[in-house]
Amino acid sequence: MKNEGIGISVARREGREKLTGKALYVADQVWPGRIYGVTVRSKVAHGRILAIRFGEGIPWDEFTIVTAKDIEAMGWHNRVESIEPDQPFLAEEFINHAEEPIVLLAHADRHLLERARRAVTVEVEELHAVLDLDESLACAQIVGGKRNVFKEIRIEKGNPDEVWARAAHVVEGEYHTGAQEQLYIETNGMSAEVDGDGVTVRGSLQCPYYVHTALTRLFRLAGQRVRVLQMDTGGAFGGKEDYPSIIAGHAAMLAWKAGRPVTIVYDREEDMACTTKRHPSRSRLRTAFDAEGGLLAMESEFLLDAGAYTTLSPVVLSRGAIHALGPYRCPHVRIHARAVATHTPPNGAFRGFGAPQSLFAIERHMDIAAARLGIDPVQLRRRNLLKLGDLMATGQRVAEDLDLPGLMDRALADLDYGTRRAEFARHNAGPGPIKKGVGFSVFMHGCGFTGSGEQHLASVTGVRTLADGRVEVLAASTEMGQGKETVFTQIVSEALGLPNDLVRMSPADTREVPNSGPTVASRSTMVVGRLVQDAALGLRQMLLQGPFLREPYDPDGFREAVRRAHARNGVMTCYSAYQQPAGLAWDDSTYRGDAYPTFAWACYAVEVSVDTVTWEVKVEDFVARQEVGRVINPILAAGQVEGGVAQGLGWALWEKVETVQGRMVNNQMTNYIVATAQDLPRIRVTFEENNPYPLGPGGAKGLGELPMDGPAPAVLGAIQNALGLVDLREVPLTPERLLDAVEAHHGRG
Amino acid sequence: MRGNVPECTVVVPETVQEALEWLARDPGRWRPLAGGTDLMVPFAAGRLADTRFLSLQRLDPLRAIAADAGGVTLGALATYTDLRQHPYVRQHLPNLVQSAKVTGAVAIQNRGTLGGNLVNGSPAADSPPSLLAYAAEVELSSVRGARWVPYDGFHTGYRQTVLAGDELLTRIRVPQPAPGFHFFRKVGTRAAQAVSKVCIAVCVQVEDGAVRAVRIGLGSVAPVPLRARSAEAAILGRALDALPLAEAREALMADICPIDDIRSTARYRRTVAGNVLVQALIELGATLNRRA
Amino acid sequence: MDEGRMQLNVTVNGQRRSVAVLPMARLLDVIREDLALPGTKEGCGEGECGACSVIMDGRLVNSCLVPAVQAQGAELLTIEGLARDGELNGLQRAFVACNGAQCGFCTPGMVLAAVDLLSRCAHPDEAEIRAGLAGNICRCTGYGKILDAVQAAAGEGERP
Repeated sequence: MKNEGIGISVARREGREKLTGKALYVADQVWPGRIYGVTVRSKVAHGRILAIRFGEGIPWDEFTIVTAKDIEAMGWHNRVESIEPDQPFLAEEFINHAEEPIVLLAHADRHLLERARRAVTVEVEELHAVLDLDESLACAQIVGGKRNVFKEIRIEKGNPDEVWARAAHVVEGEYHTGAQEQLYIETNGMSAEVDGDGVTVRGSLQCPYYVHTALTRLFRLAGQRVRVLQMDTGGAFGGKEDYPSIIAGHAAMLAWKAGRPVTIVYDREEDMACTTKRHPSRSRLRTAFDAEGGLLAMESEFLLDAGAYTTLSPVVLSRGAIHALGPYRCPHVRIHARAVATHTPPNGAFRGFGAPQSLFAIERHMDIAAARLGIDPVQLRRRNLLKLGDLMATGQRVAEDLDLPGLMDRALADLDYGTRRAEFARHNAGPGPIKKGVGFSVFMHGCGFTGSGEQHLASVTGVRTLADGRVEVLAASTEMGQGKETVFTQIVSEALGLPNDLVRMSPADTREVPNSGPTVASRSTMVVGRLVQDAALGLRQMLLQGPFLREPYDPDGFREAVRRAHARNGVMTCYSAYQQPAGLAWDDSTYRGDAYPTFAWACYAVEVSVDTVTWEVKVEDFVARQEVGRVINPILAAGQVEGGVAQGLGWALWEKVETVQGRMVNNQMTNYIVATAQDLPRIRVTFEENNPYPLGPGGAKGLGELPMDGPAPAVLGAIQNALGLVDLREVPLTPERLLDAVEAHHGRG
Repeated sequence: MRGNVPECTVVVPETVQEALEWLARDPGRWRPLAGGTDLMVPFAAGRLADTRFLSLQRLDPLRAIAADAGGVTLGALATYTDLRQHPYVRQHLPNLVQSAKVTGAVAIQNRGTLGGNLVNGSPAADSPPSLLAYAAEVELSSVRGARWVPYDGFHTGYRQTVLAGDELLTRIRVPQPAPGFHFFRKVGTRAAQAVSKVCIAVCVQVEDGAVRAVRIGLGSVAPVPLRARSAEAAILGRALDALPLAEAREALMADICPIDDIRSTARYRRTVAGNVLVQALIELGATLNRRA
Repeated sequence: MDEGRMQLNVTVNGQRRSVAVLPMARLLDVIREDLALPGTKEGCGEGECGACSVIMDGRLVNSCLVPAVQAQGAELLTIEGLARDGELNGLQRAFVACNGAQCGFCTPGMVLAAVDLLSRCAHPDEAEIRAGLAGNICRCTGYGKILDAVQAAAGEGERP
C-alpha cells in the first residue's frame, strides 16, 4: 500500500472540484423560489436615527423588510452573540459606525432590489464620531466598553522600574500598524431558509458552531432547530470567523418573514467597507539593555483600535499582549494592553490575530536598538533568544529544547545574509539609484487557543463507520483552502494504516458533526487533528473488541471488518473530547501561566531593492524557515507559508486602508493594493521538525498564522539596511511614507 | 452588480456612417461603448447615469492599424494587444508599446481600446503621455464630416474633451518620429493592474550632441494628460553632456499641479515626477557615450 | 421574448447555445445564470481580480466587463470546458499535483489565464508566466505553486 499518511505530500482530495468549476460556493447555488436580500447601511459614523423613509416609485408591498423594530416585534433578540453581546444585528436608536446595517430588504428581482435599496433614506441626527485612539482614551465621549476600553490586560514579571536607572542603554520607540483587509477572493455570502424544522443556513464561513450559537440566541431557538452548513468557502483568513453570524442572522430574518429562502451575497465594495479588518495598533516600547545587549527590562503600552463593538477584540488583544515580548528572555516585563472603542466598523480576526501587531513592534525595536547600541542585529538576537527552561512574559517555562540561534543562523545562511550584507554595503556606496538591503525577524506563534480557551471550547470530534466499509471523520473544522480535509484524512490514514480513499470527511454540517471548535488560532491540525486521531484509534479499538477486526490487518481486511460491524450494529461512532494537558496551568485574572500548549518558532529573512527614484520597494528574495514539530503534508504546508508571507508582505508595503470620517474609501480592488503575480518573488520555505509537540498528531504544532508574523519587521529591517534609515516604524510602508521618512531623515520634512 | 441593466438600450450600428447618424439624431444622448473596460466599471457599480449605449463592436474598419511612409494611422478600436503586437508600433513607437504593456494586464489589454482610453478622459490613463510625446493627432468624425485635431488640445479639463455630442473619435494618427531617444515610465500602485500615480513619456531628437526637439507627455499630475512645456523649454537646445537636471526638474514643477487622492499624495507625485524626469535625462545623456 | 431582451447566440465549450438576455447584462452573469455555468466567479466586479476570466474568441477577457450584446456570435471557453469526458486536462492535473489551488475561488480564472498564456507561448519562462497571470489575483497561494503548475504543464507539452 502506498503511504498516504503523515509526512507525505498527497494531492488534495478537494482539488478536483476546484479545478473543474464544480465546487459549490454560496453564490453558485441554484434554488427555485429563492429570493435575494440586501442591506441598507449607515452613511455616517455616529448618529441618532430619527426616521426611516421608504421612497416613491417602489412597490414596497412586494418586499420583505426587516428593521430593529421588527426584530423586537417578532420577539427576537437583537444582539450578535459574542464575548460581550453589545452589537445589534440591526441598529436601534443609535448608529455607532459607518456602514452599520439598518434595514434589510428582500425581493426576487435583483435590479428592483437595488433600486429599492437606494430609495430607502435614513434620517439621522449626525453626532460627533470618536475616531482617534487618544481622543477615545480621554473619555470626553463614551463609545462603549468600560470608559471606551473593551478589554485591558496587564502582564507583569519582575519589576522594570528597578532597572531603568542602572541599565547601560534604554531605548524607546513607538510603532504603528494599519488596518488590513482579508480580501478573500470570494466575498461574504449566506443563504437561509426557515421551515417547520427551524432555521437552516448555508454559506461561506469558518466556524459553523459560532453561527449556530448566534442564530439560537437571535431567534431564541433550541439548538436542534438550527442547522448550519458550510459551503465551499473561497478564502477566509479570519474574515469569516465572526462576521458570518451577522450575515446569517440577516438572511435568516428575511427568510423567516418572507417564507422563502433568501440569499445575501455582498459585492466587493460592500464587503470591504463593512466587514471586519485587522486591528490597527500602536505600541510604545521601552527596553533596557546591559552593555553587551542583554535585555534587562521591557515595557509595552499596546493599543488596538477595536471599532464600535466588543466582538473578538478581547481575544485579539490577549494574543497580541502575550506575544509582545517576542522570542526573548527578559527578567522584568510590564505589558499594558488595551482594546479601545472607536466609531468605526468593528475589527476582527485576520491571520495572526494580534500577534503580527505586537511582534512587528518588538522586532522593529530590536533592529533599531541594535543600531543605537552599535551591536549587530544578529548578535543582539543571539544574546537574548529563549532556550529550554527560560521563562516567557507570562511566566511560562520554555519546555522545548530550542535552538533558536541555530534556526536563525540557518535562515540567514539560506538567504546568504552575511555575504549579501557586505556586498550591498559596497553597492549602495555607489551612485546608482537602486539600493539593496537584507533584513530578518525572529518570532514565534502560540498554537491553539490562549490560556484556558481550549478548555472552554471543550472540542469534540468523532469517527464513525460507513456501510461501504469506509470510515468518516466528524469535525466542525472547515476547509477554506488550507487543505483540512486532506490533512485530517492523512492523520486517520496514518493512525489506522489505511489508504486515503477509505477515509471520508463529513461536510461541516452542525446536524452531522459535533462541535470541534472554530477553524482559527492555528489549532485545526494540532488540537482537532489530534482529537480526530484519537477518535480513529478509539474506533479501531471498538472494532477489535467487536470482535470484527483482527490484527494485523490490511486495508481490505479493515474494510471488511467495518462492513461487518456496520451490518451488525449499524453506525458505530467513537468520539474524542479535548482534555487539558496535564501540567498546563493558566490564570485568567493575573494573566500568568502557560499561555499556549506550545509554540511554533521561525526566522524569516528577506532581500529588498529600493528604487530611490520612486521609493518603491521590491522584494527580491524571501526565506521562511520555521520549526513546526511535524509537517503532515509538506506541499500543503509550504503553500500555507507562501500565502501567509504574501499577505504579510502586503501588510508591510502595499495594503493601506484609507478612511474618511471613519469609513473605508478605497473599498475597491483597484484601490486596495494586494500583490499580483508580478509583485512577489519565490518564497523559499524550509521546515524543521526538531521539536515535535508530543500531543500533536505525529508531533505537529500549528502553522496557519505563523507566516503572518515575520515578513513586516524583516522587510522594514531590510529597507533600513538598504537606506541607512533607522526610523521606520510604521506599516504599511508605502512609497509615499518612505519618501516622507527619507525627507524627515534629511531634515527637509 | 448595481447597474440599471433593465433600463438600458443598446444599438449596434453596422457601419461608421450608421453610428454617426445615431449620434447626429440625438447628440450627447448615446454613450459610445468600445471595449467596455472603462465604462463597465462605474456601470456595474451603479454610478453611470447613461442608459443608452452605442456599441461600436461591428465597426471593424476602426480596428485597423495602417502604416505608411509618413507614420501610422491607428483605428480608435485598436486594442492594447493590437498595439503591442503590431510591427510598425513595435519598431517606431516604443513608448506606445510600453504604455499598452503596463495598462491593466492581459485580459484588459485584449478588450480595452486606444480610442476608449482617450475619450474616457482620465488624467491617469497610460497611453495619453505616449501620444503627447509622439505629437499624435486624433480624427473626430460626425455626419458633418471629419476633423483632425492635435491630441495636444483634445483634453480641455477634468474628463472634458473637445469631442462634440455628435462626434466619434475614429482614428489616431502618429507621424513617424525621427530617429531619437524614447523614454516611458509609469509609476503605479503595483507592478500590474495598477492605476498610475505618475506617468512620463519622452521623445527627443538629437543633433550635433544637443537636443534638437523634445516632447514630454505627462499623466496623473494634472486634471488632464498634458505636455511638460516648461521642462521641454529647459532642455531644448542643450548639450547632452550638460543637460540641466535641476533646472528641468524645477521647470517641471511649473507644468504640473498634482493632488492628494486615494492613491497617492501631491508631494509624492511632485518629487517622483521630478525624479523620473531626471532619470530620463540621465538616460538621454548616456546615449552620447553610445553614439561615440 | 421579454421586452428589451435580445437573443444571444454563442458557442460555449464547443456547444451552440442561445439565450434571451438583456443587452447590458454582464457576460459573467449570462455565463453563470442563463448558461448555467457557475464555474466562472465574481470576485470584484471591476475587472481587477480576474476571477471572472474566460476565453472569448481565442482571447482572455474579464467577463464582468463584457456586456452581453458584445458577446453576440462569440466562441467562449469556460473552466467547465477543459476536462474531456471527466478527464482533467494537463493544466488541471498540474494544478492538483502542485497544490496550485487552495480555496479554489481564483482557480477557474487562473487556469484559463494559463490556458491563454500557453496557447500563445508554449514554453514561457517564469517572468512570462507572471506577466500572463498578472491579471488574476490569488490571496491564498502567493503564486509560487501556481507558477509550478504552469511550468509543469508547459513542460509536458500541454497544448490546451
